[in-house]
Amino acid sequence: MLVLYGQKLSSRLLLGTALYPSPAVMADAVKASGTEIVTVSLRRETAGGKSGGQFWSLIQSLGVRVLPNTAGCHSVSEAVATARMAREVFGTDWIKLEVIGNHDTLQPDVFGLVEAARILASEGFEVFPYTTDDLVVAERLLDAGCKLLMPWCAPIGSARGPQNPDALRSLRGHFPGVPLIVDAGIGRPSHAASVMELGYDAVLLNTAVAKAGDPVAMASAFGKAVEAGREAYCAGLLEPRDMAVPSTPMIGMAAFS
Amino acid sequence: MKTFIRGAGVAGLTLAHELAMRGADVTVVEKRREIAGNASWQAGGMLAPWCERESAEEAVLTLGRAAADWWDAALPGHVSRRGTLVLAPARDTGELERFGRRTSAFSQLGVSEIAVLEPALAGRFGRGLYFAGEAHLDPRKALLALRDKLLGIGVRIEFDRWAVSAAADIEVDCTGISDRRLELRGVRGEMLILRTGEISLTRPVRLLHPRIPIYVVPRTENLFMVGATMIECDAAGPITARSAMELLGAAYALHPAFGEAELVETGVGVRPAFADNLPRVERDGRHIRINGLYRHGFLLAPAMARQAADIILGNPAAKELALEAHR
Repeated sequence: MLVLYGQKLSSRLLLGTALYPSPAVMADAVKASGTEIVTVSLRRETAGGKSGGQFWSLIQSLGVRVLPNTAGCHSVSEAVATARMAREVFGTDWIKLEVIGNHDTLQPDVFGLVEAARILASEGFEVFPYTTDDLVVAERLLDAGCKLLMPWCAPIGSARGPQNPDALRSLRGHFPGVPLIVDAGIGRPSHAASVMELGYDAVLLNTAVAKAGDPVAMASAFGKAVEAGREAYCAGLLEPRDMAVPSTPMIGMAAFS
Repeated sequence: MKTFIRGAGVAGLTLAHELAMRGADVTVVEKRREIAGNASWQAGGMLAPWCERESAEEAVLTLGRAAADWWDAALPGHVSRRGTLVLAPARDTGELERFGRRTSAFSQLGVSEIAVLEPALAGRFGRGLYFAGEAHLDPRKALLALRDKLLGIGVRIEFDRWAVSAAADIEVDCTGISDRRLELRGVRGEMLILRTGEISLTRPVRLLHPRIPIYVVPRTENLFMVGATMIECDAAGPITARSAMELLGAAYALHPAFGEAELVETGVGVRPAFADNLPRVERDGRHIRINGLYRHGFLLAPAMARQAADIILGNPAAKELALEAHR
């Protein structure tokens, strides 16, 4: 059972709600994925505090937990202000914290991220920080009050899949008790399965489902892949070997000399 | 049969035309003082059902493919049938692949073919898609011309008025986002109009980008319409700095001459949409509604007008058509 800030969850897939062909398709994809948490970008959906009422009602009708998101914030003050606004609009202490450092790669500004996380944690927010796979930054985020980490595996929306599995493995090894969620860069269900096989606790994605030819079918595929990867990790994976090992017994076979 | 239509946007005026041409008595009431200002006024005016299929459902293509013919018949000379050019910056050519996989009825272009179609863009893009069957019009000129034509054929259009006469046999609501129903939502769209004599384009150009896809539609007098954002929000306030920056940045990426252009207008419209982003014709007794045209006003209004006119004037096939519209 996955526990994030005290909330027990049975699905290990978190889904974004942007970029779908229509809200109806988004709603069907959320249902097909089995997800229990959706992210909603405050900035885009409300254009500065004025609510996109219908879109928000539709999301509420899905019966899933909402994780508001500071997507598109480029500074600490902007991210903090957006988080405070999100707490009012969505009525939750949860916040997916994004402080973007580079406009092209949407790479997190890890320095600003740590600073914003500290401010928000001190105000009682339960922070889901979108970070890189850097170990030291991860430690600083935990020091700042984050109880979980959301490293990227590739740039947002790039669909490239895990670019540095060793770094992801290292994070897992260093923080065995901290929920780790791969946040960005997943393009295919096999990518999601592979990070789950590394022992990651969950996967958050958006574009790979929203921009698929059939978002609803792709959402279902990702739901299965995440489950398969988790089950495989729990079952204990076979380590790769350099030599062939026969699966049929050698003893009792005819001996040739 | 007296029909009152509320709303003189593209939905209301196309329906008025469809009804008047079939001999009906039509009055249009509009709460604004003039045609300008509604969502249709801010539209791109692209009649591009094949390109729209990239993100829209099949119904948009089915309902929209006859739009250019409808406009051509209603307003001869307004429709420009020069196709649509779809381009992507060198590092985003993956977007072109994706666009091509989701659409049909296009040809692949290389550098030389792009130069032939749009000499101003020669050498700037290595690959592109050309949707030869698509068309565009200038929405503002089309709306004004439609108004004038309607007045000429006996349709009454009353501005600055909201009340519908009690004598109406049929009332049709075509008020877009002003029709405050629970299931209708607004999708804010922001656009710019630039003026430059340094380049000329002869057809709409779509520039793909993973985050900020834009289109540039050439108009007369060296004007170019650059659109449009899609924000889940029904606020109609002024364009944000960020949106303006993104639209301008993308236009500049299409051609640096846009960097020297005059920014003559910024506009904001709120598109009315249902959850499936498809339009509907609905009937409740003598009340009919056409709404949910979303980003497809000029593309889908003719099909919706035909369906509504069939219902109003009793076309026997109307019931099925209405169901189809509901999908």
